[in-house]
Amino acid sequence: MIRVILPYHLRTLAQVGSEVALEAPQPVTVRTVLDALETRYPVLRGTIRDHQTLERRAFLRFFACEEDWSHESMDAPLPEAVAAGREPLLIIGAIAGG
Amino acid sequence: MSTVRVLAGTRKGAFILTSDGKRKDWRVSGPHFAGWEIYHLKGSPVDPNRLYASQCSGWFGQVIQRSDDGGATWAPVGNKFTYDGVPGTHQWYDGTPHPWEFKRVWHLEPSVGDPDTVYAGVEDAALFRSTDGGANWEELSGLRRHDTGPHWQPGAGGMCLHTILLDPANAQRMYIAISAAGAFRSDDGGASWKPINKGLVSNFMPDPTAEVGHCVHHVAMHPARPDVLFMQKHWDVMRSDDAGESWQEVSGNLPTDFGFVIDVHAHEPETLYVVPIKSDSEHYPPEGKLRVYRSRTGGHEWEPLTKGLPQSDCYVNVLRDAMAVDRLEECGVYFGTTGGQVYASADAGDHWKPIVRDLPAVLSVEVQTLP
Repeated sequence: MIRVILPYHLRTLAQVGSEVALEAPQPVTVRTVLDALETRYPVLRGTIRDHQTLERRAFLRFFACEEDWSHESMDAPLPEAVAAGREPLLIIGAIAGG
Repeated sequence: MSTVRVLAGTRKGAFILTSDGKRKDWRVSGPHFAGWEIYHLKGSPVDPNRLYASQCSGWFGQVIQRSDDGGATWAPVGNKFTYDGVPGTHQWYDGTPHPWEFKRVWHLEPSVGDPDTVYAGVEDAALFRSTDGGANWEELSGLRRHDTGPHWQPGAGGMCLHTILLDPANAQRMYIAISAAGAFRSDDGGASWKPINKGLVSNFMPDPTAEVGHCVHHVAMHPARPDVLFMQKHWDVMRSDDAGESWQEVSGNLPTDFGFVIDVHAHEPETLYVVPIKSDSEHYPPEGKLRVYRSRTGGHEWEPLTKGLPQSDCYVNVLRDAMAVDRLEECGVYFGTTGGQVYASADAGDHWKPIVRDLPAVLSVEVQTLP
Protein backbone atom coordinates (compact mmCIF):
# COMPACT_ATOMS: atom_id res chain seq x y z
CA MET A 1 0.00 0.00 0.00
CA ILE A 2 1.16 3.52 -0.80
CA ARG A 3 0.84 6.07 2.00
CA VAL A 4 -0.10 9.65 1.16
CA ILE A 5 -0.22 12.57 3.57
CA LEU A 6 -2.57 15.34 2.54
CA PRO A 7 -2.62 18.99 3.62
CA TYR A 8 -5.28 19.94 6.16
CA HIS A 9 -7.79 21.51 3.78
CA LEU A 10 -7.75 18.51 1.46
CA ARG A 11 -8.25 16.16 4.39
CA THR A 12 -11.39 18.04 5.38
CA LEU A 13 -12.57 18.17 1.77
CA ALA A 14 -12.09 14.42 1.27
CA GLN A 15 -13.18 13.66 4.83
CA VAL A 16 -10.10 11.57 5.61
CA GLY A 17 -7.47 11.51 8.31
CA SER A 18 -3.96 12.83 7.95
CA GLU A 19 -2.82 9.79 5.99
CA VAL A 20 -4.52 7.67 3.35
CA ALA A 21 -3.42 4.28 2.05
CA LEU A 22 -3.79 3.44 -1.62
CA GLU A 23 -3.08 0.70 -4.08
CA ALA A 24 -1.06 1.98 -7.03
CA PRO A 25 0.38 0.08 -9.97
CA GLN A 26 4.13 -0.36 -10.40
CA PRO A 27 6.22 1.57 -11.05
CA VAL A 28 4.96 3.93 -8.38
CA THR A 29 5.19 7.53 -9.58
CA VAL A 30 3.60 10.80 -8.58
CA ARG A 31 1.21 10.37 -11.48
CA THR A 32 0.11 6.85 -10.56
CA VAL A 33 -0.34 7.87 -6.93
CA LEU A 34 -2.43 10.92 -7.88
CA ASP A 35 -4.46 8.81 -10.32
CA ALA A 36 -5.22 6.34 -7.53
CA LEU A 37 -5.93 9.12 -5.05
CA GLU A 38 -8.37 10.89 -7.38
CA THR A 39 -10.08 7.64 -8.30
CA ARG A 40 -10.73 6.87 -4.65
CA TYR A 41 -11.57 10.48 -3.73
CA PRO A 42 -13.02 12.16 -6.82
CA VAL A 43 -13.58 15.38 -4.84
CA LEU A 44 -9.82 15.91 -4.99
CA ARG A 45 -9.83 16.19 -8.77
CA GLY A 46 -8.69 19.67 -9.72
CA THR A 47 -7.40 20.51 -6.24
CA ILE A 48 -3.87 19.06 -6.54
CA ARG A 49 -3.36 19.24 -10.29
CA ASP A 50 -5.16 21.15 -12.98
CA HIS A 51 -8.18 19.37 -14.46
CA GLN A 52 -7.03 19.79 -18.03
CA THR A 53 -3.25 20.02 -18.07
CA LEU A 54 -2.81 17.65 -15.09
CA GLU A 55 0.02 19.96 -13.99
CA ARG A 56 0.71 20.41 -10.27
CA ARG A 57 -1.03 23.44 -8.83
CA ALA A 58 1.50 26.17 -8.24
CA PHE A 59 1.25 26.38 -4.44
CA LEU A 60 1.51 22.64 -3.80
CA ARG A 61 4.70 20.59 -3.44
CA PHE A 62 5.46 16.88 -3.40
CA PHE A 63 8.00 15.48 -0.93
CA ALA A 64 9.24 11.92 -0.49
CA CYS A 65 12.04 10.64 1.74
CA GLU A 66 12.95 14.23 2.66
CA GLU A 67 13.43 15.19 -0.98
CA ASP A 68 11.45 17.66 -3.06
CA TRP A 69 9.88 15.87 -6.02
CA SER A 70 7.84 18.83 -7.17
CA HIS A 71 9.94 19.53 -10.21
CA GLU A 72 10.71 15.96 -11.14
CA SER A 73 8.82 14.28 -13.92
CA MET A 74 5.47 13.00 -12.70
CA ASP A 75 6.43 9.71 -14.35
CA ALA A 76 9.72 9.30 -12.49
CA PRO A 77 9.65 6.27 -10.16
CA LEU A 78 9.38 7.33 -6.53
CA PRO A 79 11.88 5.94 -3.99
CA GLU A 80 11.54 2.27 -3.15
CA ALA A 81 10.64 3.16 0.44
CA VAL A 82 7.54 5.01 -0.84
CA ALA A 83 6.63 2.21 -3.26
CA ALA A 84 6.95 -0.28 -0.40
CA GLY A 85 4.83 1.83 1.93
CA ARG A 86 7.56 2.44 4.50
CA GLU A 87 7.61 6.17 3.75
CA PRO A 88 4.70 8.38 2.70
CA LEU A 89 4.37 10.73 -0.23
CA LEU A 90 3.70 14.15 1.27
CA ILE A 91 1.53 16.70 -0.52
CA ILE A 92 2.23 20.03 1.10
CA GLY A 93 0.67 23.45 0.69
CA ALA A 94 3.18 26.27 0.33
CA ILE A 95 3.56 28.41 3.42
CA ALA A 96 2.22 31.60 1.88
CA GLY A 97 -0.65 33.99 2.25
CA GLY A 98 -2.70 34.70 5.34
CA MET B 1 -44.13 33.53 10.94
CA SER B 2 -41.61 33.88 8.11
CA THR B 3 -37.95 33.16 8.55
CA VAL B 4 -35.06 35.06 7.09
CA ARG B 5 -31.84 33.32 6.17
CA VAL B 6 -28.77 35.44 5.39
CA LEU B 7 -25.98 33.72 3.46
CA ALA B 8 -22.62 35.39 4.00
CA GLY B 9 -19.53 34.42 2.04
CA THR B 10 -16.26 35.52 3.62
CA ARG B 11 -12.51 35.27 3.14
CA LYS B 12 -12.39 32.36 5.57
CA GLY B 13 -15.63 30.46 5.23
CA ALA B 14 -19.40 30.72 4.86
CA PHE B 15 -21.82 31.77 7.57
CA ILE B 16 -25.58 31.33 7.71
CA LEU B 17 -27.54 33.73 9.87
CA THR B 18 -31.19 33.04 10.62
CA SER B 19 -33.95 34.95 12.34
CA ASP B 20 -37.70 35.07 12.48
CA GLY B 21 -39.68 37.77 10.76
CA LYS B 22 -38.96 40.26 13.53
CA ARG B 23 -35.30 40.16 12.56
CA LYS B 24 -34.14 41.04 16.07
CA ASP B 25 -32.45 37.89 17.28
CA TRP B 26 -30.07 36.04 15.00
CA ARG B 27 -28.52 32.61 15.13
CA VAL B 28 -25.13 32.23 13.50
CA SER B 29 -24.08 28.97 11.89
CA GLY B 30 -20.52 28.53 10.65
CA PRO B 31 -17.87 28.75 9.58
CA HIS B 32 -18.76 26.30 6.86
CA PHE B 33 -15.73 25.35 4.71
CA ALA B 34 -13.51 26.99 7.32
CA GLY B 35 -10.39 28.59 5.99
CA TRP B 36 -11.54 28.68 2.36
CA GLU B 37 -12.61 31.77 0.47
CA ILE B 38 -16.34 31.69 -0.16
CA TYR B 39 -16.94 34.18 -2.91
CA HIS B 40 -20.66 33.61 -3.10
CA LEU B 41 -23.50 31.37 -2.02
CA LYS B 42 -27.09 31.56 -3.09
CA GLY B 43 -30.34 29.62 -2.80
CA SER B 44 -32.71 28.47 -5.49
CA PRO B 45 -35.85 30.61 -5.76
CA VAL B 46 -37.96 27.49 -6.43
CA ASP B 47 -36.41 25.27 -3.76
CA PRO B 48 -35.02 27.45 -0.97
CA ASN B 49 -33.32 24.47 0.67
CA ARG B 50 -31.16 24.04 -2.41
CA LEU B 51 -28.07 26.20 -1.92
CA TYR B 52 -24.94 26.51 -4.01
CA ALA B 53 -21.60 27.83 -2.75
CA SER B 54 -18.39 28.81 -4.49
CA GLN B 55 -15.45 27.66 -2.37
CA CYS B 56 -11.94 28.44 -3.53
CA SER B 57 -8.36 28.77 -2.48
CA GLY B 58 -5.12 29.95 -4.03
CA TRP B 59 -3.64 26.59 -3.11
CA PHE B 60 -6.37 24.14 -4.05
CA GLY B 61 -8.41 25.93 -6.70
CA GLN B 62 -12.17 25.80 -7.10
CA VAL B 63 -14.75 23.65 -5.33
CA ILE B 64 -18.51 23.97 -5.70
CA GLN B 65 -20.63 22.90 -2.76
CA ARG B 66 -24.34 22.10 -2.75
CA SER B 67 -26.78 21.79 0.09
CA ASP B 68 -30.24 20.24 -0.17
CA ASP B 69 -31.28 21.07 3.37
CA GLY B 70 -30.86 24.80 3.66
CA GLY B 71 -27.20 24.70 4.59
CA ALA B 72 -27.31 22.14 7.40
CA THR B 73 -25.21 19.73 5.35
CA TRP B 74 -23.19 20.19 2.19
CA ALA B 75 -21.61 18.01 -0.47
CA PRO B 76 -19.05 18.94 -3.10
CA VAL B 77 -20.27 18.72 -6.68
CA GLY B 78 -18.48 19.36 -9.98
CA ASN B 79 -15.53 21.72 -10.11
CA LYS B 80 -14.43 21.28 -13.71
CA PHE B 81 -14.75 24.58 -15.55
CA THR B 82 -13.25 24.11 -18.99
CA TYR B 83 -13.53 26.82 -21.60
CA ASP B 84 -15.20 25.75 -24.80
CA GLY B 85 -12.59 25.07 -27.50
CA VAL B 86 -9.33 26.98 -27.64
CA PRO B 87 -10.03 29.99 -25.46
CA GLY B 88 -7.68 32.45 -27.15
CA THR B 89 -6.59 35.68 -25.52
CA HIS B 90 -7.92 38.82 -23.89
CA GLN B 91 -5.90 41.92 -23.06
CA TRP B 92 -3.64 41.98 -20.05
CA TYR B 93 -3.27 45.07 -17.86
CA ASP B 94 -0.57 46.43 -20.16
CA GLY B 95 -2.61 45.83 -23.30
CA THR B 96 -0.72 42.73 -24.43
CA PRO B 97 -2.62 39.54 -25.33
CA HIS B 98 -3.05 37.17 -22.41
CA PRO B 99 -4.52 33.67 -22.54
CA TRP B 100 -7.87 33.03 -20.91
CA GLU B 101 -7.24 31.12 -17.66
CA PHE B 102 -9.91 29.90 -15.27
CA LYS B 103 -9.28 31.17 -11.73
CA ARG B 104 -12.46 31.07 -9.66
CA VAL B 105 -16.23 31.36 -9.57
CA TRP B 106 -17.35 34.80 -8.42
CA HIS B 107 -21.10 34.42 -8.60
CA LEU B 108 -23.63 31.59 -8.66
CA GLU B 109 -27.12 32.32 -9.93
CA PRO B 110 -29.69 29.55 -9.56
CA SER B 111 -32.36 29.39 -12.25
CA VAL B 112 -35.73 30.95 -11.50
CA GLY B 113 -37.53 27.78 -12.60
CA ASP B 114 -35.38 24.72 -11.98
CA PRO B 115 -33.34 24.04 -8.83
CA ASP B 116 -30.92 21.83 -10.78
CA THR B 117 -30.02 24.62 -13.20
CA VAL B 118 -27.50 27.16 -12.00
CA TYR B 119 -25.25 29.69 -13.73
CA ALA B 120 -21.70 30.50 -12.71
CA GLY B 121 -19.86 33.72 -13.48
CA VAL B 122 -16.14 33.09 -13.46
CA GLU B 123 -12.72 34.74 -13.69
CA ASP B 124 -11.31 34.95 -16.40
CA ALA B 125 -14.66 36.22 -17.55
CA ALA B 126 -17.02 33.57 -18.85
CA LEU B 127 -20.46 32.19 -18.11
CA PHE B 128 -21.04 28.53 -17.29
CA ARG B 129 -24.25 26.60 -16.72
CA SER B 130 -25.05 23.36 -14.96
CA THR B 131 -28.36 21.59 -15.49
CA ASP B 132 -27.66 18.70 -13.12
CA GLY B 133 -27.34 20.41 -9.77
CA GLY B 134 -23.73 21.44 -10.23
CA ALA B 135 -22.29 18.07 -11.18
CA ASN B 136 -21.25 19.17 -14.68
CA TRP B 137 -20.57 22.62 -16.09
CA GLU B 138 -20.76 23.78 -19.68
CA GLU B 139 -19.60 27.15 -20.92
CA LEU B 140 -22.10 29.38 -22.70
CA SER B 141 -19.27 30.43 -24.94
CA GLY B 142 -21.16 32.86 -27.11
CA LEU B 143 -20.34 35.48 -24.51
CA ARG B 144 -16.58 34.96 -24.37
CA ARG B 145 -16.50 34.49 -28.14
CA HIS B 146 -18.13 37.87 -28.72
CA ASP B 147 -16.17 39.93 -31.25
CA THR B 148 -15.04 42.25 -28.47
CA GLY B 149 -13.66 39.44 -26.25
CA PRO B 150 -10.03 39.85 -27.32
CA HIS B 151 -10.25 43.50 -26.16
CA TRP B 152 -11.57 42.83 -22.65
CA GLN B 153 -9.20 43.76 -19.83
CA PRO B 154 -9.16 42.83 -16.15
CA GLY B 155 -10.13 45.30 -13.48
CA ALA B 156 -8.04 45.61 -10.33
CA GLY B 157 -9.77 42.56 -8.86
CA GLY B 158 -9.26 40.41 -11.94
CA MET B 159 -11.34 39.91 -15.08
CA CYS B 160 -14.40 38.63 -13.32
CA LEU B 161 -17.96 37.99 -14.42
CA HIS B 162 -19.63 39.08 -11.20
CA THR B 163 -23.25 39.84 -12.01
CA ILE B 164 -25.88 37.51 -13.48
CA LEU B 165 -29.49 38.72 -13.69
CA LEU B 166 -32.19 36.38 -14.98
CA ASP B 167 -35.41 37.87 -16.30
CA PRO B 168 -38.15 36.07 -14.35
CA ALA B 169 -40.71 36.77 -17.08
CA ASN B 170 -38.60 35.77 -20.05
CA ALA B 171 -36.41 32.69 -19.80
CA GLN B 172 -34.51 33.75 -22.90
CA ARG B 173 -33.31 37.03 -21.44
CA MET B 174 -30.39 37.46 -19.09
CA TYR B 175 -27.90 40.15 -18.22
CA ILE B 176 -24.33 39.80 -17.06
CA ALA B 177 -21.57 42.25 -16.15
CA ILE B 178 -17.82 41.94 -16.31
CA SER B 179 -15.10 44.02 -14.74
CA ALA B 180 -13.73 45.63 -16.86
CA ALA B 181 -15.60 44.81 -20.05
CA GLY B 182 -19.06 46.11 -19.21
CA ALA B 183 -22.62 44.83 -19.30
CA PHE B 184 -24.04 42.38 -21.83
CA ARG B 185 -27.51 41.03 -22.60
CA SER B 186 -28.68 37.81 -24.14
CA ASP B 187 -32.15 37.38 -25.65
CA ASP B 188 -31.70 33.76 -26.66
CA GLY B 189 -30.97 31.97 -23.41
CA GLY B 190 -27.27 32.77 -23.37
CA ALA B 191 -26.35 31.64 -26.87
CA SER B 192 -25.47 35.11 -28.16
CA TRP B 193 -24.74 38.38 -26.41
CA LYS B 194 -24.84 42.08 -27.05
CA PRO B 195 -22.82 44.75 -25.22
CA ILE B 196 -25.22 47.17 -23.51
CA ASN B 197 -22.99 50.06 -22.52
CA LYS B 198 -24.33 53.07 -24.43
CA GLY B 199 -24.35 56.05 -22.13
CA LEU B 200 -21.56 54.83 -19.91
CA VAL B 201 -18.60 57.19 -19.70
CA SER B 202 -15.30 55.94 -18.30
CA ASN B 203 -12.70 58.66 -18.39
CA PHE B 204 -9.83 56.27 -17.70
CA MET B 205 -10.34 54.71 -21.13
CA PRO B 206 -8.73 56.01 -24.34
CA ASP B 207 -12.26 56.25 -25.75
CA PRO B 208 -14.45 57.03 -22.71
CA THR B 209 -17.63 55.93 -24.50
CA ALA B 210 -16.28 52.77 -26.15
CA GLU B 211 -18.59 49.81 -26.70
CA VAL B 212 -16.68 47.72 -24.12
CA GLY B 213 -14.04 48.29 -21.46
CA HIS B 214 -16.19 49.83 -18.74
CA CYS B 215 -15.53 48.78 -15.18
CA VAL B 216 -19.04 47.88 -14.11
CA HIS B 217 -19.09 46.99 -10.42
CA HIS B 218 -22.62 45.68 -10.03
CA VAL B 219 -26.05 45.74 -11.66
CA ALA B 220 -29.42 45.34 -9.93
CA MET B 221 -32.93 44.73 -11.20
CA HIS B 222 -36.35 44.57 -9.58
CA PRO B 223 -37.94 41.29 -10.65
CA ALA B 224 -41.25 42.99 -11.46
CA ARG B 225 -39.55 45.38 -13.89
CA PRO B 226 -36.85 43.41 -15.67
CA ASP B 227 -36.33 46.12 -18.29
CA VAL B 228 -35.19 48.62 -15.67
CA LEU B 229 -31.59 48.21 -14.56
CA PHE B 230 -29.51 50.06 -12.01
CA MET B 231 -25.72 50.05 -12.13
CA GLN B 232 -22.93 51.00 -9.78
CA LYS B 233 -20.03 51.63 -12.09
CA HIS B 234 -16.42 52.22 -11.03
CA TRP B 235 -17.51 55.84 -10.91
CA ASP B 236 -21.15 56.82 -11.57
CA VAL B 237 -24.49 55.36 -10.59
CA MET B 238 -26.47 54.64 -13.76
CA ARG B 239 -29.97 53.67 -14.78
CA SER B 240 -31.47 52.08 -17.87
CA ASP B 241 -35.18 51.95 -18.68
CA ASP B 242 -34.82 49.98 -21.89
CA ALA B 243 -33.10 46.73 -20.91
CA GLY B 244 -29.68 48.27 -21.16
CA GLU B 245 -30.04 49.82 -24.63
CA SER B 246 -29.12 53.18 -23.09
CA TRP B 247 -28.00 54.41 -19.71
CA GLN B 248 -28.37 57.71 -17.85
CA GLU B 249 -26.40 58.85 -14.87
CA VAL B 250 -28.45 59.16 -11.66
CA SER B 251 -25.64 59.87 -9.18
CA GLY B 252 -27.33 63.16 -8.24
CA ASN B 253 -26.35 64.41 -4.80
CA LEU B 254 -24.30 61.40 -3.67
CA PRO B 255 -21.17 62.49 -1.77
CA THR B 256 -19.16 60.30 -4.14
CA ASP B 257 -20.45 58.12 -6.95
CA PHE B 258 -17.73 55.52 -6.56
CA GLY B 259 -18.83 52.30 -4.90
CA PHE B 260 -19.48 48.64 -5.40
CA VAL B 261 -22.96 47.58 -4.26
CA ILE B 262 -26.37 48.60 -5.52
CA ASP B 263 -29.74 47.05 -4.78
CA VAL B 264 -33.46 47.66 -5.15
CA HIS B 265 -36.18 47.61 -2.46
CA ALA B 266 -38.25 44.42 -2.64
CA HIS B 267 -41.60 46.19 -3.06
CA GLU B 268 -40.70 49.67 -4.32
CA PRO B 269 -38.97 49.39 -7.69
CA GLU B 270 -37.88 53.04 -7.57
CA THR B 271 -36.21 52.74 -4.17
CA LEU B 272 -32.48 52.09 -4.48
CA TYR B 273 -29.58 51.57 -2.11
CA VAL B 274 -25.87 52.25 -2.58
CA VAL B 275 -22.91 52.59 -0.23
CA PRO B 276 -20.69 55.42 -1.48
CA ILE B 277 -16.97 54.75 -1.20
CA LYS B 278 -14.48 57.59 -1.25
CA SER B 279 -12.55 56.73 -4.40
CA ASP B 280 -10.80 54.05 -6.40
CA SER B 281 -7.63 54.94 -4.52
CA GLU B 282 -9.22 54.92 -1.08
CA HIS B 283 -11.65 52.04 -0.71
CA TYR B 284 -13.46 53.24 2.39
CA PRO B 285 -16.40 55.47 3.22
CA PRO B 286 -15.90 59.23 2.96
CA GLU B 287 -15.00 60.92 6.26
CA GLY B 288 -14.88 57.56 8.01
CA LYS B 289 -18.71 57.54 8.15
CA LEU B 290 -20.45 54.39 6.98
CA ARG B 291 -23.57 55.59 5.21
CA VAL B 292 -26.06 53.78 3.05
CA TYR B 293 -27.71 56.17 0.60
CA ARG B 294 -31.29 55.58 -0.41
CA SER B 295 -33.13 57.07 -3.34
CA ARG B 296 -36.91 56.82 -3.44
CA THR B 297 -37.02 58.38 -6.87
CA GLY B 298 -35.05 55.87 -8.91
CA GLY B 299 -31.88 57.91 -8.55
CA HIS B 300 -30.84 61.59 -8.69
CA GLU B 301 -32.07 62.38 -5.16
CA TRP B 302 -30.39 60.46 -2.36
CA GLU B 303 -30.67 60.54 1.42
CA PRO B 304 -28.03 59.27 3.84
CA LEU B 305 -29.08 56.48 6.20
CA THR B 306 -26.90 56.52 9.30
CA LYS B 307 -28.87 55.38 12.34
CA GLY B 308 -27.02 52.47 13.86
CA LEU B 309 -24.07 52.70 11.48
CA PRO B 310 -20.64 53.91 12.67
CA GLN B 311 -20.25 57.61 12.00
CA SER B 312 -16.62 57.99 12.91
CA ASP B 313 -13.38 56.12 12.30
CA CYS B 314 -14.95 53.58 9.98
CA TYR B 315 -12.70 52.50 7.13
CA VAL B 316 -14.25 49.31 5.83
CA ASN B 317 -15.32 48.55 2.28
CA VAL B 318 -18.55 46.98 1.05
CA LEU B 319 -17.81 44.67 -1.88
CA ARG B 320 -19.95 44.31 -4.97
CA ASP B 321 -21.99 41.23 -4.06
CA ALA B 322 -22.34 42.10 -0.38
CA MET B 323 -25.80 43.70 -0.29
CA ALA B 324 -29.22 42.07 -0.49
CA VAL B 325 -32.85 42.63 0.49
CA ASP B 326 -35.46 40.34 1.99
CA ARG B 327 -39.07 40.16 0.80
CA LEU B 328 -40.93 40.65 4.04
CA GLU B 329 -43.72 43.21 4.11
CA GLU B 330 -41.39 45.78 5.61
CA CYS B 331 -38.38 45.25 3.41
CA GLY B 332 -35.17 44.29 5.17
CA VAL B 333 -31.83 45.45 3.78
CA TYR B 334 -28.52 43.75 4.53
CA PHE B 335 -24.88 44.37 3.74
CA GLY B 336 -21.53 42.99 4.78
CA THR B 337 -18.21 44.77 5.19
CA THR B 338 -14.57 43.93 4.80
CA GLY B 339 -14.37 44.49 8.56
CA GLY B 340 -16.53 41.42 9.14
CA GLN B 341 -19.79 43.07 10.11
CA VAL B 342 -23.13 42.17 8.59
CA TYR B 343 -25.54 45.04 9.09
CA ALA B 344 -29.29 44.66 8.81
CA SER B 345 -32.18 47.04 8.68
CA ALA B 346 -35.69 45.70 9.27
CA ASP B 347 -37.30 48.97 8.17
CA ALA B 348 -36.03 49.59 4.66
CA GLY B 349 -32.88 51.32 5.84
CA ASP B 350 -34.16 53.73 8.49
CA HIS B 351 -32.41 51.91 11.33
CA TRP B 352 -29.45 49.53 11.25
CA LYS B 353 -27.72 47.15 13.57
CA PRO B 354 -24.92 44.65 13.16
CA ILE B 355 -26.36 41.15 13.30
CA VAL B 356 -22.83 39.77 13.53
CA ARG B 357 -19.73 41.88 13.78
CA ASP B 358 -16.50 39.92 13.85
CA LEU B 359 -16.56 37.65 10.83
CA PRO B 360 -13.70 37.47 8.34
CA ALA B 361 -13.94 40.03 5.53
CA VAL B 362 -17.37 39.64 3.94
CA LEU B 363 -17.31 38.95 0.19
CA SER B 364 -20.99 38.40 -0.45
CA VAL B 365 -24.41 38.60 1.18
CA GLU B 366 -27.59 36.96 -0.05
CA VAL B 367 -30.94 36.73 1.71
CA GLN B 368 -33.69 34.15 1.56
CA THR B 369 -37.19 34.90 2.82
CA LEU B 370 -38.73 31.62 3.88
CA PRO B 371 -42.41 30.98 4.59
